[in-house]
Parts: sequence; structure tokens; C-alpha cells
Amino acid sequence: MTQATKHKKENSQTLTLMVDGASCSSCVMKIENSLKAVSGVENASMNFADRTVTITGSVESAALIDAVKAAGYAASLPSTENDDELLEEKERSDEAYYKHLIRDTTIALGLGVPLMLYGLITGDMNVQTSLERLAWLAIGLLTLGVMIFSGKHFYVGAWHSFKNHSANMDTLIALGTGTAWLYSMAVVSAPAIFPEMARHVYFEATAMIIGLINLGLALELKARGRTSEAIKRLIGLQPKTARVVRDSKEVDIDIKDVRLDEIVRVRPGEKIPVDGEISEGTTTIDESMLTGEPMAVEKKIGDRVSAGTINKSGSFLFKAEKVGKDTMLAQIIGMVKRAQNSKPPIGRMADVISSYFVPVVMIIAVVSALVWLNFGPEPTVAFAIISATTVLIIACPCALGLATPMSVMVGVGKAAEAGVLIRNGEALQTASKITAMVLDKTGTITEGVPAVTDVITTGDRNEDEILRLASSLEAGSEHPLALAIVESAQKRDIKQAKISGFDAISGQGVKATLDGLELLFGNQTLMQENAVAIDDYIDKAQALATQAKTPMYFAVDNKLQAIIAVADPIKKDSIAAIKRLRQQGIKVIMLTGDNRDTAKAVARLAGVEDFFAEVLPGQKAEKIKELQARGEIVGMSGDGINDAPALALANVGFAIGTGTDVAIESADVTLMRGSLHGLADAIAISKATLRNIKQNLFGAFIYNIAGVPIAAGLLYPWIGVLLNPVIAGAAMAFSSLTVVSNANRLRLFKANTH
Amino acid sequence: MLIINIAGLALIALIVWWFWLYKPKEAVLTDSDIVIKVENGVYQPSRLKIAADTPMTLYFQRMDPSPCAETVQFPDLEISATLALNEKVPIAIPALAPGKYAFHCQMQMYKGELHVE
Repeated sequence: MTQATKHKKENSQTLTLMVDGASCSSCVMKIENSLKAVSGVENASMNFADRTVTITGSVESAALIDAVKAAGYAASLPSTENDDELLEEKERSDEAYYKHLIRDTTIALGLGVPLMLYGLITGDMNVQTSLERLAWLAIGLLTLGVMIFSGKHFYVGAWHSFKNHSANMDTLIALGTGTAWLYSMAVVSAPAIFPEMARHVYFEATAMIIGLINLGLALELKARGRTSEAIKRLIGLQPKTARVVRDSKEVDIDIKDVRLDEIVRVRPGEKIPVDGEISEGTTTIDESMLTGEPMAVEKKIGDRVSAGTINKSGSFLFKAEKVGKDTMLAQIIGMVKRAQNSKPPIGRMADVISSYFVPVVMIIAVVSALVWLNFGPEPTVAFAIISATTVLIIACPCALGLATPMSVMVGVGKAAEAGVLIRNGEALQTASKITAMVLDKTGTITEGVPAVTDVITTGDRNEDEILRLASSLEAGSEHPLALAIVESAQKRDIKQAKISGFDAISGQGVKATLDGLELLFGNQTLMQENAVAIDDYIDKAQALATQAKTPMYFAVDNKLQAIIAVADPIKKDSIAAIKRLRQQGIKVIMLTGDNRDTAKAVARLAGVEDFFAEVLPGQKAEKIKELQARGEIVGMSGDGINDAPALALANVGFAIGTGTDVAIESADVTLMRGSLHGLADAIAISKATLRNIKQNLFGAFIYNIAGVPIAAGLLYPWIGVLLNPVIAGAAMAFSSLTVVSNANRLRLFKANTH
Repeated sequence: MLIINIAGLALIALIVWWFWLYKPKEAVLTDSDIVIKVENGVYQPSRLKIAADTPMTLYFQRMDPSPCAETVQFPDLEISATLALNEKVPIAIPALAPGKYAFHCQMQMYKGELHVE
């Protein structure tokens, strides 16, 4: 990957190589010198700790790799970008492993099923005659073959873990099946030492358990594949080639070879290969894959485009600004991957339990066998062996271990599809528990761009004429409300005229002269001080104020001509999204610098139940603290830059981006879509994921807590039931499959995309 | 019967000692390349002693195709990496304060520990 991060000279770039085989600090100098000797290299500096070398200069990466090789080491471009190759590789190896497991299953069940049927039909698995001994000996050896062929990985794994003083699922399976087989072989070899009733063989159990557990693993592998669908889709967005302009010619090159500042051509229907800025042409781009926003976005010269999004209409050129792992898409993939592998605190309990689980189960198996031997009915040996085997087989640490990560994997992936990037498991869990959501008014609830909403004419001039005069007057002012007037005029193609004698009266408005006309524009005080009659219109102005608009009076030659109202309109979908948040049981609180009246009106219109008005930017964090002191779990949403302290202080900070122009990882949760629906989606996905984790954990706990005692024979004294080891094997094999399948149900979650 | 009971209790004691009480020795890491093999249910080596305040790179080489072995996590360091099969995957460990830092697979079947001194 040409991971150029900054430019020094024309054509000079910085790139990073991974170096392998550097075993001592003295290698550093050798590698650096070998690189510096390559023509075109300005500097090479190696970071020994992470085995990377950073090279500045204008040279192809292949020449650099060769130079490192010549010095006796191996070098490669950082591999993180080859996500799609890694994925293909993983799918290939998973497929091969699946086939392997299915083959093992077939062989083990091929022996186990007929044996079990024989036992069920004849009810005779005992060793009585010498002919039976011979037949069972042959079957015992066949079973040994199955154990070696289909179950080798369990025994080898168990042995290695044992040597390392650790125990895992392999240990339990190896001990369980091994015990059953050894007991059966002992019965076959020396039946005389066992009481007549205890001369039973359990070869079918050994073969069946190995077969069923392999089958469970195979099905689990398939189900696991589905849990990573979201990340696969993201990785699949990355195009493989790019069309760049080199020496005035357009050539298709590998995506890895796109350099910074290179001009890239994108034709209609093509994917954008890297991040950059449009330098020629206009188009519309579908960014839904990154932002979850289904509407295509119009782009013109100077606008940013992101890798992985699709060019819908025009052909355009853009300058590559971010390539390789610096693109927005690569960052999203990286973040989703990290988040998918992180664990919410709720899973830690299961981790602690898993770390003690296997040895505890082994102890229970021994205790159970001793109890049967001491207090059980005849044949005590057979009962002791069955109960110990069944306890070892039924216990499933995997279900417990898988409960949390599988749900997180699916939940975080699903969120990413909706344009919601969750930083880690902790953020996911806390987001599900939020009780109060603080929303910044400007830009979050509202568009953030004030606009003219009403022009009420009160004289003989029409709207266009009023806007022409008012915008000419306001053109010199930098007040946001003035900008709204000027913009409104521009939209109607109204040209501003030249004014003279401009004067801004602080806290009141502005005045100037145009073509001999005295223009006045401002609030009630300004009008009254200039003796403009407005009494008949005060009610109208008030009515506008209660609609969350700011009314202003416009007079010409001291005669009122119009009331112009400006408002920062509430985003189209804010009201619906806020309603969704409230339906989820969350208190929605608006934060604004506006005065109480406007704040109250905006809050009412947006459906927000509570608000903090007249909050200075620096006071936002205090308001969060205030809510937390009341015992609320507070979510705060903002733009991630100006609101950083408040976002950091909140229990969960949500950074709301506009399109793809957002600093990822600036908050606990990043919403790629400007819409507040992203927020409601984030909460809904977190809640659904946490619910799923709880179901999984509950299921896994109950399974083990109920299964192990039943396997030990707890029910025997009351209802005479002792679990068959084969049933225990089936239960164990399918318990982890159930967990993975339940996690996969989260894939059905539907985000609200309008 | 007495002998069997004593043997049973001894077996329990052995399980407790072997899996919980016994502390196996640690592999000491110098600045040479270290490759941790992920195979047969264990990280090899699984207990590593490294120097404090020194960033370093650990290479994980996964030989076990089962999906359990696929992820290695260092929960205290917020590191989580996917291990490609049969490849040495570098994992950069930042400079750490002295202490013990566990690493494991998602299901905690593979377990290891960094002992920072």
C-alpha cells in the first residue's frame, strides 16, 4: 500500500513498509542505509518497535522492497488494506475446514448410528459370550479408528492444553469419550472383573459424540460466517482498480498504486476508488453504503467524495487526498472490526466463569462417580461411568464464551449498515441504558442554517422588491440572520443594489440609504425609536415568535413595508426521530443558546419535553453533569468538534456527521447520517443487541446449570432418569449452535431509513 | 471402596493443583522476534515476560483452522486482532506499566498472559 501521508516536494511521498526478520537493533541501520541507497529516496527511518520503516522520496514501492530483500530481510507493504484478499483467504480456509468437519462427522456417525440402532432394537450391548467378546473387540478397535481419524483434534488439543496447565472444550470431550471407550474396552478384555450387570459397552456413545460434536462445529462455522456479513459487505465496497490521469492519458491501475494528489476519473455507475476533492465536473453520488442516507447527494467542484460510494450520473475528475488505510471506508472497516471484537462489560462475568469452568466440571464428574459408587444401585460401576461421561460431555463452556461476542459481532455490523459506528462494546452496552438524551438545537434538531420563512408585506411593495431592498441593506452585515435574508434574495435571483450610509445600531438593527430611500431593518425598538407605526402588526409578529421564528420589521422612509421572519428550520425528520427516542423511554432534552421563548417554541415544535435555554457553549458540559447528578444516564449528541468536552463527559457521546465529512472515532458512537433517526437507530440496535446477549447468556447458564446436575443423575432417585451420553453429546453440540443462531436473529433488525 | 474414595479425592486435589495452583514458568522476551503459535488449543508460548515501558511487536501464527482460534484479544489494552490462517500476524504492544495483562480468544479457550516487569 502506498500509504503516503504528506508531501514534501513534487512527486515526493511518504510510504511505510513492514519489515520482517529484523531481530536486533543493529539491523535498523543496515535496513535504513540500504533504502537510502535507492535512487529517489530522500530519507528512510525505521521504527524497530513495530517493525516498520517510513520512506520519503519519489520511488516505487517495489524497488524499496527489493532493496530491503537485498540487505537480507523481508519487506512488504502493510497488509491491512488487503482486506478483501484476507477475507477470500478466510472464506477458503473456512470452507476447507467445513468439509473436513463434515467428513469427520460422516465417518463417526457412520459407525455410531448403526451401533446405536442395534442397541436400541436388540437392547443388548452386553458382553456375555466369547463370540460377543470377539465382535465387540473388533467394534472397539473400529471405534478407536474413528477416535483417531475423526476426533484426533480433540485429543491432541486436550493433551497440549493439559501440558500447559489449562483445560478447554477439547479436554471435556477427550475425557468423556475416552472414559467411555476405556471402560468398554476393559469390559471386553476382562469381563470377569465386572459384575454381570455392568458388562455393558459404550462404543456407540464414543462414536456418536465425536460425530455430533463435529457436526455442531461444522454448523456453527456456517452460522458464524453469517455473523460477519456486514463487514464483508463493507470490504466489498472497495473497488480494485482506479482510472487515473497520468501524462495526460487516462489509465486503469491497481487501487494500491493510486498516489496522493493524483487526478482520478470516475464515470457514471462506477465506484469512487479513493477519497478526494472534485476538481472537474458535477454529479450525484449514492453514499448510502457509508452513511445509511438513501438520498443521492449532489456534488460539484470542491466537494469531497469518498471511496466505496457510487457515482450515479456525471463523469468527473477528482484529486486523491486520502488513499489506502486513510480513506473513510478503510477507517470505518477498521473501527467496525475492532468494535466487533470488543466485549461489553456484561460479557466479563461469563469470562470469569469460563476461566474456572472446565476444571470445575471435571471435579463434578469425579464427585458424581464417587457418589454413584458409594450410594448407587447395582451395577454401580456402570452408573458411575455413565454419569461421569455424561457430565463431561454435556457441559458446554463454548456456549457461555460465545454468548456475548456473537451478538456484538452481528449488532455492531448491523449498526454500521445503518450508518451508526459504535466504538466498542462498552459504548454499546451504555447506549442501551441511556435514560436522558441531550440534543444540541442548532445543527442537530435544526438544519443549522437560518432561512427566511415568512415575508408579510404591509405596504404597496411586493415580496421581491422588499427582498431586493432588504438584502441590499443586509449585504454589508455579517449577522447570521442577515445572511439568511441575502441568501433568500439570491435564491430568487434578486440582485443587490449599492447602498450608502450604512449604520448598524447595536441590539436593534441596521439602516442605510438606497436611491434616496431611507431603509430601516430591525426589531420593535428600532421601529419605535424611528417613529414607524407598527402597532397594528405587533400581534402578527408575536404569532411568528411563538412559532419559533424571529420576526423583524422592514420600513422604507419611516413607513412599515414588511415583517420578515427568519428561522432555523427543524430538520424534516427530527420530529419523528425524537418521537422514536421518547417511545424508547428516553427523556429528550434540548440545549440551546436561544432565549427562553424561542427555545420553548422550538422545543414544542420538535416534540422535546425539556430544554436548557441561554446556554453558552462552555456551559454544555455543566448541564450534562447536572443531569448525571440527578441519576440520569446521559447521551449527548453534537458535531463532535465544538461539543467535544460535553461529548466526552456524557455517558455516551454521539457525534453526528453530515454525510461522509465526519471525524470517525471522535465519540463513542458516530452517526454518519445527519438525521436524528441515526440516534434512534443507535439506541434501538444497542437495546436489541443487549437483549440478545442476555438471552444468550441466560440460555447458556441455564443449559449448564440444569444440564450438569441432570447428567450427574440428580433426577435418578426421584424419577429414575439417567441421561444417555449420546443425548448429552447432541445437546452439547447444538447448544453453541443455538447461541450463534440466536445472535444471527439480530440480522433481521431494521433501521429506520427514509 | 475406601481406596477408590481416596483415589477420587486425590484426583480432585490433583485437578485443583494442576489447573489452578501450579504456575508454569514464563518465556522471557528479549528484542528478538517472537512468534506465538496458535495451535491445538494453546498459545505456544502462552506466558510471556516482557520489559516495562518498551513497545514491542508480537507475531501470532495461527495453525488451527477452527474459528475459535481466529481472534486474539488483549482486553486491558483494547487490542483485538483477527488472525489469518498460517500467517504471522504482527500485533503492536504499546509501552506498558508493570503488571499482568491477559490475552485470549473470544471464548477463552486459548489463554495467555503478558507479564510486564
